Amino acid sequence: MTYHHRVTANGPPFRLLPRLDDTHRFFWTSGEDGKLRFLRCGACRHYVHPPAPRCPYCLADALTPEAVSGRGVVHSFTVNCQQWVPDAEPYIIGLVTIAEQDDVRLTTNIIDTEADDMAVGMEVAVTFEHLDDVWLPLFRPVRSETAAS
Amino acid sequence: MRADQLLERRAVISGIGQSAVGRRLGRSELDLTVEAALAAIEDAGLTRDDIDGLSTYPGMGMGPGGFAGPSGPDVQDALRLKLNWHDGGGEGPGQIRAVFAACMAVAAGLARHVLVYRTVTESSAQGRGGRQALGSPGMGAITGPGGGPPRMMGFMQWTIPFGAVSAGNWLAQVARRRMHEFGLTREQLAQIALNGRRNASLNPKAIFRDPLTMEDYLGARMISTPLCLFDCDVPCDGSTTVIVSHADYAPDAPRPVAHVNAIGTALRGRPSWDQFDDMTTMAARDAAASMWERTDLTPADVDVAELYDGFSILTMVWLEELGFCGKGESGSFVEGGSRIALDGQIPLNTSGGQLSAGRLHGFGFLHEACLQLRGDGGDRQVAGDPQVAVVANGGGPIAGSMLLTSGPA
Repeated sequence: MTYHHRVTANGPPFRLLPRLDDTHRFFWTSGEDGKLRFLRCGACRHYVHPPAPRCPYCLADALTPEAVSGRGVVHSFTVNCQQWVPDAEPYIIGLVTIAEQDDVRLTTNIIDTEADDMAVGMEVAVTFEHLDDVWLPLFRPVRSETAAS
Repeated sequence: MRADQLLERRAVISGIGQSAVGRRLGRSELDLTVEAALAAIEDAGLTRDDIDGLSTYPGMGMGPGGFAGPSGPDVQDALRLKLNWHDGGGEGPGQIRAVFAACMAVAAGLARHVLVYRTVTESSAQGRGGRQALGSPGMGAITGPGGGPPRMMGFMQWTIPFGAVSAGNWLAQVARRRMHEFGLTREQLAQIALNGRRNASLNPKAIFRDPLTMEDYLGARMISTPLCLFDCDVPCDGSTTVIVSHADYAPDAPRPVAHVNAIGTALRGRPSWDQFDDMTTMAARDAAASMWERTDLTPADVDVAELYDGFSILTMVWLEELGFCGKGESGSFVEGGSRIALDGQIPLNTSGGQLSAGRLHGFGFLHEACLQLRGDGGDRQVAGDPQVAVVANGGGPIAGSMLLTSGPA
């Protein structure tokens, strides 16, 4: 197997990247300017993920990418310990609900934290890992001083 | 719902068969399938000339090596079957969807005796080439731009780029969420593995038969927290086959048939590993609910439960969603293990399940349920002449369940 090697501290030791196509390119390249984007319905204002041809809530044909705050909450997480590639260190997989809408979730990595500090419900903010032509949205804990400001 | 609308009740399981089951048997998937098929055909009192329907899950190369089993056409040709109806595929209410399709086919008069099989050679495949799932075409990957590393497409693009490469990673998050919401503990989760191993010790075909203790479980290496090695099923080679016949064949069948009382097929939440509305249940909730909507039987009527344990956490979910205990209460329900033991309130995974008997991928549970209803469970037979069995397959966004009875409804 060939794959990209680790570029982010305590992220996975390998990356298999998504294919960019006309439907998904906006999502996977959104981080180029540091912002996370989802399709949003111009009629009912729901965010839609994964991308769909029409709004699955109201069926309007009015979906366009729109930036969100990048903030979210850890809905669940796991520390992967299985060595899918040789000599891999554990890494954290998280399921993050975005702040704007509680039925939009991303499977992602939680970085810049220790496994023992992870908790369901912790607040996180997006950061991006740039690899080739893809910006992977990862999340890191919102530090308390940031949260207070 | 009127009984005459419950078309699955026009179907019975008239025969069962299973090939050798083991680690790295080194036999082809077609060879194993033919062995199991011939056993099931004979068990049903039929010959291959009587078989006029064929169905499988999934066939046609889906998934990583050793997962799919032989395609329907390969099996048809190996046995020179003359078919009036045939079916196969990986989409639907779990692995058992192939049985559901067969039930509908006999009810509709499209076929009279359907051979339904599920074959895996994952142990041999992984032994030969290691785990090839990452970046393989069967797992949603295509060649990257300019011949570079493979790229992910389809639903795998949402998980694999983040190293969430296995259902173990995805379902570990179900377990973690249940710890958060319901206070589930590892010691409780362990009971699924310990119960399976106790029962497997009585099953001569089981892969793992040595005793497993709580100490062993708690000391095992982690795969994806909070799931450890013993929370994950064991790849094996083997084929399981059943014959689904029209119910009017029942009086002529040489062995006791299992009557299909109700099937559970619903998927009302989003069909997604990470977007499903309730991450503590997922599709088991809908499959179970739709099954109970089609019967007057209740959870209290069930004598034996064969509930999918590809990962232990899935069995916990099924216990709740099928109504053997309340929502969020499966942890305390299994504590100590006595309620789910062979002589308990609801004997569970009597063959050892996939955790100990081998990952026959759903159909092992179906085979075992039929054995138990016939009283052919050997040393692991549930006492008291069980009349009603429930079989559940799958987990995450893929789930199906069925109620089988020893007599007609």
